[in-house]
Amino acid sequence: MPDSAPPEDTMTQRSGTAYTGVPPWIYAIAAAGALFVLLPLAAMVAKVNWPQFIPLVTSESSLTALGLSLRTSAASTALCIVLGVPLALVLARGTFPGQRLLRAFVLLPLVLPPVVGGIALLYTFGRQGLLGKTLEVAGIQIAFSTTAVVLAQTFVALPFLVVSLEGALRTAGTKYEAVAATLGARPGTVLRRVTLPLVIPGLASGAVLSFARCLGEFGATLTFAGSLQGVTRTLPLEIYLQRETDADAAVALSLVLVAVAVAVVGLSFGRPGAANVPAGAAP
Amino acid sequence: MTIRRIAALLAAGALAAGLAGCTSAIPAATNSASSGEGAKLTGTVTVFAAASLKATFTKIASEFESANPGTKVTLNFAGSSDLVTQITQGAPADVFASADTRNMDKLEDANLIDGTAENFATNVLEIAVPPANPASISSFADLAKPGVKVVVCAPQVPCGSATETVEKAAGTTLSPVSEESSVTDVLGKVTSGEADAGLVYVTDIKTAGDKVEGIPFTESNSAVNTYPIATVGASTNKDLAKAFMAAVTGSSGKKVLTDAGFGAP
Repeated sequence: MPDSAPPEDTMTQRSGTAYTGVPPWIYAIAAAGALFVLLPLAAMVAKVNWPQFIPLVTSESSLTALGLSLRTSAASTALCIVLGVPLALVLARGTFPGQRLLRAFVLLPLVLPPVVGGIALLYTFGRQGLLGKTLEVAGIQIAFSTTAVVLAQTFVALPFLVVSLEGALRTAGTKYEAVAATLGARPGTVLRRVTLPLVIPGLASGAVLSFARCLGEFGATLTFAGSLQGVTRTLPLEIYLQRETDADAAVALSLVLVAVAVAVVGLSFGRPGAANVPAGAAP
Repeated sequence: MTIRRIAALLAAGALAAGLAGCTSAIPAATNSASSGEGAKLTGTVTVFAAASLKATFTKIASEFESANPGTKVTLNFAGSSDLVTQITQGAPADVFASADTRNMDKLEDANLIDGTAENFATNVLEIAVPPANPASISSFADLAKPGVKVVVCAPQVPCGSATETVEKAAGTTLSPVSEESSVTDVLGKVTSGEADAGLVYVTDIKTAGDKVEGIPFTESNSAVNTYPIATVGASTNKDLAKAFMAAVTGSSGKKVLTDAGFGAP
């Protein structure tokens, strides 16, 4: 399967033939960096109560939380694509006043503490919020609903998609689009037939990153959506609650979350020729 | 032995007074040298107290220090179960005040307290509503009315298990829109106006001031949270520890606690 995708390979110039003269001491520091990430994970795995692992992670509340997390993360990722693709296109291809400012603000959730995002969402979509009152008149109530979870996740995950896709768009350049346009293709056709197919890998990596970020979302959800089994209590919130009474369950569930995240990210970035981050991040 | 002990106490007292920027080091020393048992006190007493006692114990401690020149009260606030773990691991505590009897029992069972624990306060649940009381809540039964958004603590945490007890006693089953991990989170949902009502402790409502309105309900009596206090067995200054306990359970301590919304044991 992976080998059947040569176009991406040639496009992103895989490093096999390139210069790789990294000084040895860089490897030493890199190893320390890798350990810094891996050691806590290993420590957590060592803490898992293995004989009880299966009962702990298959309890009704755990499965409900996992299911909710996967469903909301999928919905949020879809929403990220719907909102993020146009944003990335506008930021990469458009020219308008305030473009740099818009980019800065779109990226803001990347650096905001999630709890701040939650408070901001509360004052926007909450009952007393900016839009909340209007929505309530229209009969739409967002607070304490699964919709609130999806909004919180989308808010924190959107920048991941926009950054990846904008990078991919800039790397792909406008050559082919210009050719298509001179051949008489309308802007809509160019977007559909040339631009988007070229950046599918970047879009895919952005979507995967967004999904992974949604999966781990905690602060904004807790602040904005609340915590109720099957409705708003996603896996991270379940872990936080279990920690109060049952440390073993919290550790076991944490491991499940790590496994799901590793599976998602690994599936997308692990195989050769798959959508890779440099394609999106390189200038 | 006793002379060395007194000398050590004197030194500790002088040090404590010196640290506090106080000039009464010498009088305190003379007092303790000339005094009999427990009449005049010096030294430092380390008090481990439940987080919900922060405001009241800080006040009681400063009153205790000014009533007993030459003494110093060091306070350490955390969740009761965390404090039990710390004391079990050998943390230097003289007094332990727990937010529930269950955690005190843990220390008692491990033979880590001196004498018996004494109950000094109680706390009960109360309904917290936003100032205008938009859902017109006036009783516990009102919380079960359709359309009322109620937020409670999850059963896994103490305030949540108290909520379950109250529900059973009242014969009212709530369908909360959210089950939070802490009282603070419940209170937050009410103060922001997201929820119509929340179940928190009386003392939390007092602390929140005019951001929420409290509605007492009779069924709260079924889940009374009792706060016990005890001298830790490993304490090196048991006289001072007992004196601080007496200050908490005595009339002035009671007044501070009552003012904060705590009930009598």
